[in-house]
Amino acid sequence: MLDKVLFYFFAAIAVASAALMVTRRNVVHGAIFLITALLAIAGIFLQLRAEFLFIVQIILYVGGIMVLFVFVIMLVNLDVALQQIQFARKKWVALLVALALAGQVGLMVWSSGKMPGQGLPVLTAAAAEHLPPNSETVAHSLFESYLLPFEIASVLLLVAMIGAVVMAKKRT
Amino acid sequence: MSAAIQATIEFVKLYWAPLLCGVVIVAILPLIVGYIVLVERKLMADMQARLGPMRVGPHGLLQPIADALKLLIKEDIIPDNADKLVFWLAPVLSVGAALLSLAGLAIGPAFQIAQDINIGILFVVGISALGIFGIVLGGWASNSHYSLMGALRSSAQLVSYETAAGMALVSALLFTGTLNIKSIVEAQSKEGIWYVMLAPVAFFTYLVASIAETNRAPFDLPEAESELVAGYMTEFSGFRWSLYFLAEYTNMIVVASVATTLFLGGWLRPFSHVPWLNFLDFVPTLLMVAVGAYCIVRVPKQPVRVQQMFMMAVAGLCFVVGLVLAVPVLVPIAKPFYAGIHGGFWFIFKVSLYIYFFMWLRFTIPRYRFDQLMRLGWHFLIPLSIINVLLVGVALIAGSYFNLHGWGLLLVTTPAAVIALVAALLILAAEKEHDERQQPNTASDFYAG
Amino acid sequence: MLGADELVINMGPQHPSTHGVLRVKLKLDGERVIGSECIIGYLHRGVEKIAENRTYQQFAPYVDRMDYVAAVSSGLGYCEAVEKLLVVEAPPRARVIRTILTELQRIASHLLWLGTHALDIGALTPLFYCFREREEILKIFEKYCGARLTTHAFRIGGLQYEAYDTFEKDVERFCKDFESRIVEYETLLTQNRIWIGRTKGVGILTAADAIAFGVTGPVLRASGVKWDIRKAAPYAAYDQYKFEIPVGTTGDTYDRYLVRMEEMRQSRLICLQAIENIPAGPIMAKVGKVLKPPPGEVYHAIEAPKGEIGYYIVSDGTVMPYRVHIRPPSFINLQAFDRMVRGHLVADVVAIIGTIDIVLGEVDR
Repeated sequence: MLDKVLFYFFAAIAVASAALMVTRRNVVHGAIFLITALLAIAGIFLQLRAEFLFIVQIILYVGGIMVLFVFVIMLVNLDVALQQIQFARKKWVALLVALALAGQVGLMVWSSGKMPGQGLPVLTAAAAEHLPPNSETVAHSLFESYLLPFEIASVLLLVAMIGAVVMAKKRT
Repeated sequence: MSAAIQATIEFVKLYWAPLLCGVVIVAILPLIVGYIVLVERKLMADMQARLGPMRVGPHGLLQPIADALKLLIKEDIIPDNADKLVFWLAPVLSVGAALLSLAGLAIGPAFQIAQDINIGILFVVGISALGIFGIVLGGWASNSHYSLMGALRSSAQLVSYETAAGMALVSALLFTGTLNIKSIVEAQSKEGIWYVMLAPVAFFTYLVASIAETNRAPFDLPEAESELVAGYMTEFSGFRWSLYFLAEYTNMIVVASVATTLFLGGWLRPFSHVPWLNFLDFVPTLLMVAVGAYCIVRVPKQPVRVQQMFMMAVAGLCFVVGLVLAVPVLVPIAKPFYAGIHGGFWFIFKVSLYIYFFMWLRFTIPRYRFDQLMRLGWHFLIPLSIINVLLVGVALIAGSYFNLHGWGLLLVTTPAAVIALVAALLILAAEKEHDERQQPNTASDFYAG
Repeated sequence: MLGADELVINMGPQHPSTHGVLRVKLKLDGERVIGSECIIGYLHRGVEKIAENRTYQQFAPYVDRMDYVAAVSSGLGYCEAVEKLLVVEAPPRARVIRTILTELQRIASHLLWLGTHALDIGALTPLFYCFREREEILKIFEKYCGARLTTHAFRIGGLQYEAYDTFEKDVERFCKDFESRIVEYETLLTQNRIWIGRTKGVGILTAADAIAFGVTGPVLRASGVKWDIRKAAPYAAYDQYKFEIPVGTTGDTYDRYLVRMEEMRQSRLICLQAIENIPAGPIMAKVGKVLKPPPGEVYHAIEAPKGEIGYYIVSDGTVMPYRVHIRPPSFINLQAFDRMVRGHLVADVVAIIGTIDIVLGEVDR
């Protein structure tokens, strides 16, 4: 019962934040609502007993990527961009596309479990006491089964970082 | 709706104890922080050959209350074009993050608000990183170019030193194998050695990085008053400023607690596993009695009757605390309380030492310039902490190969620490050379012609 | 927004680190200063004009108010300038006591400089230690002439007050204690990595530039030029004592710090030598109550703690001077600020203002 209420609570915050985020004129407000949306998702992770994902979501997504977003927003002068009316003519197209997407997702959700293999997979939850410690499981799979992709990802990040530093250096 | 109420009742029934702990701590934390500030002012005064607050209350003891009252009744000034939502939100974010991370810490084996989180240390470190938003948004909301610059600088500093701090924590976590706070302390109890001995370089790195994390001197350029660029706190007055202040000191307590848990043995008594050193259990009591005796000795020297009575009251309080500390050791029935009470004492003692060191540094050394600060973080601390993780890992593998435990691990970790130290000195030498190679100020001759 | 353009920011006139009402406009390129402009005059009180309407003795207290941190030196310069006009020499006893008081004032001025400079750079504690010593000196002044800050200690022709009973003992006790105190300050700062990092290579002024700007005092000596008026053109009783002139090499902030620390030590030595042998005799030369110097002009300069303070007095034979022009060391030294600050970061500006050691009362008069 507590689980359900917690889920609906976090889900409501996530949906509301997402909706508010895309409708704000002030970019910083939008960023703040994105932060709350991400925090709500982290809450859902926690509620699903995936504590490692929860904290990684907070440290990396909220504490890293969102900080980067906020830095950029504050360093770039956005007043000019705000003055332009951006999607005036495309509002209806956007609405149509959104409805189509919503329809497809709704169809998938509705047809879950109706016939085997249709819609979203229905999983049975493991009992909370039998769950292995989250961090260890993730660590084992990262450093044993998926070591090569992990290293490739690290090298990719390193390259991106070096590229950013090189591009940001002043031409002296 | 009834489902929500049912869920709430279920929640409260399960978690009423931590909830109560949490409420109590949030309620008394401002008071504690206020008195930490008073201790800092008195210490500063002592090191500067003066007395510090003496007027408000005997020996200035009511000063924090007077300051809090003043801040509460101050006029709330919001700059003209400031973004009101963000202006309100920023200090709240800072304080919220700081208080939330406080929840994951364990003061004794039984005092923990968020009980038994598997990711304990990661939780504390990660949530306290959310405080960065409080700073950045605060600088933004002030609608002042200089505040924004100061805020961005401050958060850049925080982010840089977070990496170094995290790596330093990782070196120590290699010994424990778990992130759970209670397990970390229990591992230190089992090994019989505190991780500060096994990973001294990591401790040093974490010490320096935590000073930068909490924006304390010598890394407090973004908020120093004599600097040109005003800090992010400039436009916040009254209660909002006190929230930022509360966040800063709570962050200090959090990093001190993390360091104590991970490096200094948490709530363990020194040499907790050695039975013939059990007389050390009397040290807390003796300490309290000594402080009480000192107060009694100073009573006749107080000029005013109020101060004399106050000193006697403090002495009495010290004796009472000493008694409470002695009871679990002496009286067999009270044995179960030993872990809690003595654990709490030792933990608070170590945290206080750590914070004392922070304050001592603040009064002694000048401030780093911002580029020097960033250089120290990126060029020195991060490489050092990464090298240290490598060396500690190698040392651990060697240790398990030779089947070393406890104090035996020192055989492998000391060489690792020495090599890390040598690496540190090499990096510093390279930095010095880079400094000396820098050209002196050769600005163009603008008087020509 | 923060990297591409030039930005002009304003510092002061109200600022904790400008040591007075100084307004500095800085032109920044990102973080680096590419130009600066000092706007002064916020403390201008028309002292030189006032001098034309006061008798020579009446003007003496005004001189204290210019460099209010080192009033005794300013007073010495003025009194000696007028004595030069009158072709009168203060008696030997007066000269020696003047020397002792002036050297004590030099120490006090440098102590204040050290405390505030360290505070600007972030060291909170040296300020209180320096003020503790400065307090001792000010107590000596108070016992001598009744005032701590604006002392009006000297009179034209000598001294008004005889050295009080325990004068030698007080000065000796202070000088004996002072050595260990200097060691205390040096322990906190001289070898400190952060202090060296904040001051080495910051605000370099080459010797050629220093001479070209007319900079004097410790700033000039730190740039490598061995010029001290106490040795070059001795006044008061300086020719009787043995002391060294500390000279720096690179002319950066660290050198200026070292030079002033060493100057404090040398001043202490001068005081110790002086109190061993204060000659007996009168303390006032034969000057009348009404001073009417013969028409003429004189320029007399002494080595104030901040540099060369010069008095140019033109007399027209009446009781009031025709013109008094004061050459303030801080004013001339401040000209070099622009040269020193170019190419440095914003955080160094505060250190550089502190290292020139200016007093706005003197800059603006």
